[in-house]
Amino acid sequence: MPRLNTDFIQMIKYVIKRLALSVLILLGVSLIIYALIRIQPGLDFVEKKYQAQLQQDSTGQVAELVKQIQATYGLDTNIFAGYLKWLSNILQGNFGDSFQLSVPTGEVTYIEIIGPDGNPILTPKYETTSNVVSIIFAKSGVSFIIALIATVLEFIIAIPLGIVSATKQYGVVDYTVTVLAMMGISLPSFFLGALLLKVFSVELGWFPYSGLTDPNSGLPVIIDQAWHLVLPILVLTMLSVGGLMRYTRTNMLEVMNSDYIRTARAKGLSEHSVIYKHAFRNTLIPLATLFAGILPSLFGGAMITEQVFSIDGIGKAAYTAVVNGDVPFVMAYCMFLSILTVIGTLLSDIMYAIVDPRVKLS
Amino acid sequence: MKFIDKIKEKFFKKDEHSLSVRDERLIARNNRRAMKEFEKKKNRKNVPEEEYLSQMKDENNIVEFEGLKTYFFTDVGTVKAVDGVTFSIPKKSIVGVVGESGCGKSITSLSLMRLVQAPQGQIVDGSIRFAAKDGKVYDIAKMPVSEVYKIRGKEIAMIFQEPMTSLNPVFTIGQQLDEVYELHFNDKDKKKAKEHSLEMLNLVGMAMPENVYKCYPHELSGGMRQRVMIAMALACDPRLVIADEPTTALDVTIQAQILELLKNLKERIDGSIMLITHDLGVIAEMADYVVVMYAGRVIEQGTAEEIFLNPLHPYTVGLQKSKPVVNKKVDKLYNIPGNVPNPVNLPDYCYFRERCDKCVKKCAGKYPETVWVSPTHCVACYRYAERH
Ligand SMILES: Nc1ncnc2c1ncn2[C@@H]1O[C@H](COP(=O)(O)OP(=O)(O)OP(=O)(O)O)[C@@H](O)[C@H]1O
Ligand code: SF4
Ligand SMILES: [Mg+2]
Repeated sequence: MPRLNTDFIQMIKYVIKRLALSVLILLGVSLIIYALIRIQPGLDFVEKKYQAQLQQDSTGQVAELVKQIQATYGLDTNIFAGYLKWLSNILQGNFGDSFQLSVPTGEVTYIEIIGPDGNPILTPKYETTSNVVSIIFAKSGVSFIIALIATVLEFIIAIPLGIVSATKQYGVVDYTVTVLAMMGISLPSFFLGALLLKVFSVELGWFPYSGLTDPNSGLPVIIDQAWHLVLPILVLTMLSVGGLMRYTRTNMLEVMNSDYIRTARAKGLSEHSVIYKHAFRNTLIPLATLFAGILPSLFGGAMITEQVFSIDGIGKAAYTAVVNGDVPFVMAYCMFLSILTVIGTLLSDIMYAIVDPRVKLS
Repeated sequence: MKFIDKIKEKFFKKDEHSLSVRDERLIARNNRRAMKEFEKKKNRKNVPEEEYLSQMKDENNIVEFEGLKTYFFTDVGTVKAVDGVTFSIPKKSIVGVVGESGCGKSITSLSLMRLVQAPQGQIVDGSIRFAAKDGKVYDIAKMPVSEVYKIRGKEIAMIFQEPMTSLNPVFTIGQQLDEVYELHFNDKDKKKAKEHSLEMLNLVGMAMPENVYKCYPHELSGGMRQRVMIAMALACDPRLVIADEPTTALDVTIQAQILELLKNLKERIDGSIMLITHDLGVIAEMADYVVVMYAGRVIEQGTAEEIFLNPLHPYTVGLQKSKPVVNKKVDKLYNIPGNVPNPVNLPDYCYFRERCDKCVKKCAGKYPETVWVSPTHCVACYRYAERH
């Protein structure tokens, strides 16, 4: 705990310094990501879109058109010039429009159309936007809910099991935990996802296949949605729990073998206080590093899992954007993740200082 | 260090110690079986008291070790860290335990506290009789773990070798001291606990107890931490304090202060100290009785005078020769040639034979019996066998 006022001031100074440094980091990261998307092999977004016409084109007119469209998308410049253009747009607060995605803004305008009887009818038109920031905001909600529940479950399951498996080393729990953890770590998410779909949706029919809602289910909307989220959350939890369990176990074992635990035992403390008072606080120290990764994983979506379960979250959006070479969206998405990572690292440093009195931020 | 030894054993001295895959499997299987059996015995509940109640051989002793064997079941075989140790600690005395690194001093003391690293480390045989405050005599080696809490920390306290790592880094000194008070006086009153802790810090000569009370261990120097450890031992109000190389990690001036403190501690608790060290100077200054260990066994013991004025075992003689003496010019410090034998495959003859320069014919035979040369002085060496 920062005990003194001076500690607190130190901490503020440290945070400011770190934030200033992160601006530099973000610049570097954005350049690298931009370059990586642009050198992606294959056709770019416009070429892909007009691929069929290009092949039938004998006059060169379509090629001409493609060039023009490429210019409007900023795909005709070299990588560095393109990057500078992107950067200057960003600095002006203009994050750009996605080439392919759009989300409803929620606004409705009414336009008049002439009906079959010759009278004008007011028809609602739902406005959409392709602004990348709006897309990210609109799509990360569902991803966040899935990730939040999965992360909470992960911690609730993994940390106690990791501790038990360390304190009862070579016991039944320990072996079970080790085997399950290995399975969780080595199974790819698409495989586990497909497996669960096959068993629980196709064969048993307990859970829906895909998407978020089913108008025919006859359930209240919220329950219907929760029902749809069970399998994706299960996949995410099963995959992440193993690693955290092993990590907790390793840390706990190290702590349990340390001299101060022997001292605590020599004092005559019960095994329960030794583990849950003296050892537990010390196992938390390395767990603080995990905070760095939690933030991006909470908001960043799960590309593959969302794809498998056809959930319209930010992970799926990012996946299609990458596949289609949607430069503005991929850039915005990656920057979003980078900022979350930078903040996450900072938070984990602060956590460190809170749980470990030996660490001073400076 | 131990890890490196293991690696060396595995890779460099292949001819001597290499194990075939079959041997390794056999060892692993036997280890598992042995560990399971001992753990089960340790964790029994509702054991009738008669099973671990005992009688002292001599009413004047507070602890009597008899034939104590503590083994480690490791992947390379069974390490006989303590292999039949017999000695006693008289009431209100300081007993020094000396010997080279790795001879089993710490494991002997940890066996007394029942803190040997489980499940590999197990007390396999022997007894440790302890005369408790309630007038009963407990055989600590046979007590189930749930009963050991009666004694551990309450009647026997321990001060460890490494003051740097022996205090919990995430709790303040105050928190760690208060805990002892709360536990042993069964009193949750925070104010009283603090008062008691401050008194203890004062007793060990802390200049500003109030400040130290609020400090974290990393904010103190090594000597101060060792004082805190002593304060912690003192706070338990024990009858026996085990000090495992309490001064090894400290510089010389601090060493003297800490030793002085230990002497005061003994006066205050009116009890005994088991002082483990490999520094004969410390022993000479502090101890009433001396126990010399070698490769997991006691090879000589006696009063401090007997051991210093009339050392019998060639190893004890060598130890004394290798100790630097003030005011005496020597070209080179004496050094006992050779190394401690590998504790996995100990031979059945005097363990010191390969390094001994005073061998007699009989030394080729079995491990020598212990010979009593005076009521307090005994030695395990053939050179004294025929005379008594
Ligand atoms: N956890 C363990 N696993 C296997 N062997 C061990 C373990 N702990 C100790 N030993 C062995 O037990 C033997 C005695 O160790 P011990 O710590 O008692 O030595 P010591 O006399 O205290 O030495 P030092 O002066 O270095 O403290 C050593 O040979 C060591 O290899
Ligand atoms: S028994 Fe023999 S070999 Fe062993 S110490 Fe005595 S004289 Fe030396
Ligand atoms: Mg030791």
